[in-house]
Amino acid sequence: MATTVEQTTAPAHADEPIVPLRHPGRWVAAVVLAVLVAMFVSFLLTTPQLRLDLVVGYLFERSVLRGLLTTIELTVVAMLVGVALGTVLAIMRLSDNPLLRIVAATYVAVFRGTPILVQLLFWFFLGTVLPNISLGVPFGPELFSVSTNTVISQFAAAILGLGLNEAAYMAEIVRAGIGSVDRGQVEAAHALGMGPALTYRRVILPQAARVIVPPTANEVISMLKLTSLALVIGLPELTTTVQLIYGRNFQQIPLLIVASIWYLVLTTVLTVIQARIERRMSRGVLSSPVRRTRFSFGGR
Amino acid sequence: MTSPSTTTHAAPVMEPLMVEAVGVRKHFGDNEVLKGIDLAVRPGEVVSLLGPSGSGKSTFLRCINHLESIDGGEISVNGHLVGYRRAGGKKYELKPREIATARRDVGMVFQRFNLFPHLTALENVMEAPVFVKGVARTEARQTATDLLARVGLADKPAAYPAQLSGGQQQRVAIARALAMQPRLMLFDEPTSALDPELVGEVLDVMKGLAADGMTMIVVTHEMGFAREVCDRVVFMDGGVIVEAGPPSDVFTNPQHPRTRSFLSKVI
Ligand SMILES: Nc1ncnc2c1ncn2[C@@H]1O[C@H](COP(=O)(O)OP(=O)(O)O)[C@@H](O)[C@H]1O
Ligand SMILES: [Mg+2]
Repeated sequence: MATTVEQTTAPAHADEPIVPLRHPGRWVAAVVLAVLVAMFVSFLLTTPQLRLDLVVGYLFERSVLRGLLTTIELTVVAMLVGVALGTVLAIMRLSDNPLLRIVAATYVAVFRGTPILVQLLFWFFLGTVLPNISLGVPFGPELFSVSTNTVISQFAAAILGLGLNEAAYMAEIVRAGIGSVDRGQVEAAHALGMGPALTYRRVILPQAARVIVPPTANEVISMLKLTSLALVIGLPELTTTVQLIYGRNFQQIPLLIVASIWYLVLTTVLTVIQARIERRMSRGVLSSPVRRTRFSFGGR
Repeated sequence: MTSPSTTTHAAPVMEPLMVEAVGVRKHFGDNEVLKGIDLAVRPGEVVSLLGPSGSGKSTFLRCINHLESIDGGEISVNGHLVGYRRAGGKKYELKPREIATARRDVGMVFQRFNLFPHLTALENVMEAPVFVKGVARTEARQTATDLLARVGLADKPAAYPAQLSGGQQQRVAIARALAMQPRLMLFDEPTSALDPELVGEVLDVMKGLAADGMTMIVVTHEMGFAREVCDRVVFMDGGVIVEAGPPSDVFTNPQHPRTRSFLSKVI
């Protein structure tokens, strides 16, 4: 026994070099990947039908950029509608009033229970069954009337389709966020004389935001891609625009690559923003003083 | 129910009662939690509510500022009926807004502090004056700074609740309640969630408040505080007031066997 202990602690052994564990699997994987990348690059370079020159040429083409702008506008406006209406629906769903709860639950059931494509087409074709939208006494005289088709433009139909559908999903996200706030917070607010609206605005929603914001960032990224469905109502956003172009020149793949590049650029930007927000939020939860620890390697 | 009814009538006629509870009943489903509570508290009086867990102390306290509605009897605070408006021999339920307005007279301190975690200590104290009463920010900030100093936290205005110890959080919570200039303060086991060495700093603040003449109802297991600071102790068990009186009487010569057995366990 005594000799073993002496051996393991002997200074000569302490200086022995360490042989790191080998990972042969990694080498195999790297070789396979290298071959695949080489094949892909050679495919890109040796397939003239791909027309990479067209991809480059159309990337900043005027109508493509206009389509890109429309895609961004659709995303922003539809998300604003979704978040605002979703918050209202979530509050209705949690209210004491049974009628409000039923209305909100029905809304969510209908808009989550039917395909978004159908909803888009529905708003677009509403004018065919309801030619005029009028304001007046129910079942009584009309005060004001406009043609449905002038009010519900392509853009408005896309916003209604995407935004109202989004509201149903946001309602669930906001509800989960509100549910995550401790009951004691509401009691403390009430005990201070805060009414229901003030309690929501100053106490519940700011705390629920920690839970609401990260999944909402995900929703923004999916909304960006969902806007391509506006193709079915002919709204010239990014996908519709490239479709119109390849309808004329039959260069489908190069133009779809153009659209994909722009979608990837936008989702990458959004992902970076999302990561930033999540880091800020988690810092708030820990609530420790904002102090950055700098790790230094090699003692420097 | 031995003596509480006598204290109800002992109040001088001229002086309006701060709290007057008459025959208060409350049930949760089939569980009758309050079975007819009568209690009168005069302005400036400090009353502690004692009793075993589940005897309805918290529920009664919460009824006083209408965090729970009552199923029978009535409660008045500072001469105003809690939760209702009396007119033409009927009691009309108040709107949430009116209830909120009525609560401004009553401050409450909770066992688990319930500070707003997204606001600093100073902002917690400023919140209600600014957003409920509409006090100007600069004025509210000054008042809040003074209140934090009063509870011994002059050096912590910028700290978030998570950066404070339990005792410090509870003192901020007391300052936050005081910022609304309440006439009555309700404390629901304010020191039960604290490490033993932090209990004293919170009790000291409460003693200061009592000395300044604040009307207080305190649910507590701190018998030393009840004996030393309170004008009256009220012993509850099973949803009724079993015994009430000056601490010197109740602690040294408890009349009811349930009071005796409770006191023998906690002292
Ligand atoms: N919100 C509630 N819903 C149902 N039962 C409750 C609720 N609040 C309290 N109770 C019940 O009421 C009784 C008294 O509770 P409580 O007033 O908290 O007692 P104490 O504060 O004296 O410990 C307990 O039996 C408890 O389970
Ligand atoms: Mg309790």
